[in-house]
Amino acid sequence: MTSADLECLELSKHFGGFTAVDQVSFSVPSGSFFSILGPSGCGKTTIMRMVAGFLEPSSGDIKIKGKSVLDVPPNKRPVNMVFQHLALFPMMNIADNIGYGLRRQGLAKSDIERKVDEALERIGLPGIGKRKVDELSGGQKQRVAIARCMVLQPDVLLLDEPLGALDLKLREHMKIELKALQAAFDTTFVYITHDQSEALVMSDQIAVMNKGRFEQVGSGRDLYYRPETAFVAGFVGESNRWRGKVTRAEAGALQLTTDAGLIMTGIDHGRSLAVGSQAQIFVRPEAIRVSRSGDDLAHFENRMVGKVQSLLFNGAASRAILRSAANGDDIEVSLPQSGEYADLQRGDDLYFGWAGEQANAFAAPLENA
Amino acid sequence: MIPSIRQPLSLTLIYRAYIVLFFVYLALPLLVVSIFAFNDSLFPSLPWEGFTLAWFFGDERPMIGVFNERPIMRALSNSGFIAVFVSALSVCVGTTNAFLFNRYEFPLRGLLYVLMLLPLVIPGIVLGISILVFSSTLANGLEDGLGWDIYALRPGLTLVILGQFSFITTIVTLVISARLQKFDRSLEEAALNLGAGPLTAVRTVTIPYLLPALVGGFGVAFLMSFENFNTTLMLVGSEAPLTIAMFDRLKEGSTPLLNAVSLLLMLGSSGLALLMILFQRKA
Amino acid sequence: MRAGAKLGLFLLLTPLLLWLGLLIIIPHIDMFLVSIRERIGVGQYQTSPANYLTFLTEPLYLVTFMRTAFMSILATLLTLVIGFPVAFYIAKIAKGRLQSALFLLCLVPFWVSELVRTFGWMILLRETGIFSNLLQWLGLVDGPVEMLYNDVAMIVGLVYTSMLFMVVPLVTTIESLDDSIIEAGYDLGGSNLSILREIVIPHAMPGIASGSIVVFMLSLGNYLTPTMLGGKDSLWFTELIYSQFIVRFNWELGAAFGFMLLILSSLIVWAMLKLTGQTLEKTMT
Repeated sequence: MTSADLECLELSKHFGGFTAVDQVSFSVPSGSFFSILGPSGCGKTTIMRMVAGFLEPSSGDIKIKGKSVLDVPPNKRPVNMVFQHLALFPMMNIADNIGYGLRRQGLAKSDIERKVDEALERIGLPGIGKRKVDELSGGQKQRVAIARCMVLQPDVLLLDEPLGALDLKLREHMKIELKALQAAFDTTFVYITHDQSEALVMSDQIAVMNKGRFEQVGSGRDLYYRPETAFVAGFVGESNRWRGKVTRAEAGALQLTTDAGLIMTGIDHGRSLAVGSQAQIFVRPEAIRVSRSGDDLAHFENRMVGKVQSLLFNGAASRAILRSAANGDDIEVSLPQSGEYADLQRGDDLYFGWAGEQANAFAAPLENA
Repeated sequence: MIPSIRQPLSLTLIYRAYIVLFFVYLALPLLVVSIFAFNDSLFPSLPWEGFTLAWFFGDERPMIGVFNERPIMRALSNSGFIAVFVSALSVCVGTTNAFLFNRYEFPLRGLLYVLMLLPLVIPGIVLGISILVFSSTLANGLEDGLGWDIYALRPGLTLVILGQFSFITTIVTLVISARLQKFDRSLEEAALNLGAGPLTAVRTVTIPYLLPALVGGFGVAFLMSFENFNTTLMLVGSEAPLTIAMFDRLKEGSTPLLNAVSLLLMLGSSGLALLMILFQRKA
Repeated sequence: MRAGAKLGLFLLLTPLLLWLGLLIIIPHIDMFLVSIRERIGVGQYQTSPANYLTFLTEPLYLVTFMRTAFMSILATLLTLVIGFPVAFYIAKIAKGRLQSALFLLCLVPFWVSELVRTFGWMILLRETGIFSNLLQWLGLVDGPVEMLYNDVAMIVGLVYTSMLFMVVPLVTTIESLDDSIIEAGYDLGGSNLSILREIVIPHAMPGIASGSIVVFMLSLGNYLTPTMLGGKDSLWFTELIYSQFIVRFNWELGAAFGFMLLILSSLIVWAMLKLTGQTLEKTMT
């Protein structure tokens, strides 16, 4: 068993009558990259601030390297944090920023200088120690903020949506860089974000969080292909979704009728939906095959015809919205990039279909109109 | 109105002329005060009798220059003494006030905030007499009751300092609060996170951030104290600050000596103000 | 942690309470107590409204009181009307260096003592002054003209003295109005006047309110300018207070006067806030 650097046990936080974090337990193995992914307001920042010591949990325990830190004030905890807007000290130069924590530990001047230089070397920015914070680019600031924490050799590094303020190009680049830095420092990273692509690209493990609870913890692949709850299915990646009723159930294979009358097959991955119960059905656009002739799709359980309603050209991720001839539902499908659909026009007829196991069904909460 | 919207030429010209006129109005009194400091005459008025520096350096009657005029120099040092005390005190209290209103929730916070602003809307002369009345009540009470005669409670330097402090603190509080409000609290959290104790975090991160406002507040307080008249007038004792000393002279009739003092005052305070601006730029 | 916060609150609250209590609140209460006592013998006093009755029945006091209020309002309005175009010019028309230079120039009179400013106007306006000489030299008048010691001179001085306190808040608020909003106004067919009335002035309201309040307060409480520039007929209420306190040593009546001035200023400030729809907290910060 690998040792856990960070463990949260039934952690809860209430603000007045509002429950921000509800009985959350998880453990982060040493040296791994762990992400908490969720929409804003789901409670992920609250968890982060409790771990850092800026908030007191209402109940539950936080352990770092097996020891509870609840009674440890934030300035004594062996965790460091990269803040959302980085919180680099604008009145100090880069070297003083990185040396701040070392000075608090009372290290000798020469030691501080040496460690700061090493850290700058490590993040690939040697010799910028004398510069001011606002002379750096967004990506450089990012690296300095990480170096400022890493010189203290924390057991766990917390990162609070640090890429949020960057523009798209830089964000893509920093994802790769962060992952590389984590490997280089060989430290446990706990990363929170609302951006699924950040979480999917970088993490060893991801916890999807919603309304104060963890919906599912697993690798990116698990979350994407085997979502355990309707929320995860809807939040991670994109999906066509329907509400419907289970009209037949045989050992996990279901037949479903959507509210608009579309009949399709799907599976429940052991969630045992009974006949007559309400269901939510998710089908990913890339799971749907399109064809100009119906024969190519003969092996799919679900087959339909539709008219191209609109074309969403986006390079390799181009899609089309098809309007089902059967009942007028709009369905989003991925277009293969082999070029054979390059001349597709609005109004063209297309066949499309998908395998029954690609349609993920979940019990739907009772409709509260 | 704004440059991107064209206006008729005549309107633009009239507007410009108005602005020029306004600044002439602004500059004229200060200009004549300065110019007549150099008039070789016993009166600060026309005709121009020739250029002289006697009103600065002269040491023979009737033209005794500023630097040889004992009472004026003493008044100047009184003013400086008062201003340093008032500024230091009001920066200290202004800083604690700013932290209090910025960081804490407590009962009656709103009421205290309004009370804190109040000195700005109390006429200076009323502020002066109220402190005069209270301090003499206190002094008389102490003298009758305990037989103590506390000199500091009688009109004089202490009361002048307290009187000016009573309203300058509000202004300094506003100056410091304005900057503290812009402070990103996560910087302090970052300091805690990197191992600093709460007080160390404030000392190493928040105070350096506030420094421009602290210096600015000190400068504003210094200038306001130096030129305060109304409150000081009611509380002054035998050691008059410069504004009061000049006022007494002006009532007796003016000589270019007053122009010379005024010019020096202008240079001094402009210098200080410029210094402050340069400091803010740098920070 | 929690105990630390309590201690911090206590430590920060102490200077505030000492300052407000000992220098603002208690002195004013004491002043009020003094104002409602009447001297009936050597060292003997009784509580009575006599001082306020004196104030109300002596025409000189009441007339001076009303005149001071009226002239202060007039000075405030003039300062606003004169200062607004200047503030607009600095905030929206002047750019770059010129903008900061003009703004600094507006601040210059603040850097010098009010006494110096008043002195400057005396040199300009008196019988032997610059204007008088200029008019004679131009042949417009035959002999020296005395322009000092009247209401106009006094108003000129009051407006001059407080101009900065109007222009600075106005510049700040007008500057915060986005150019594109003015452009949108023109784009939708507005004229200079309608845009000024419907866009610029409403936006500048907080600045107008805070500028007006400060200028009014400074005028009402002014002692120097009316004393030095005003004539025998332009007695200012603060001069009455001064003479009761320092010359006649009648502190009871002086305190009552002080209180009347305080009530007057509070009333008018309150009315201004209501009129412009602002609060004290908003206008002062």
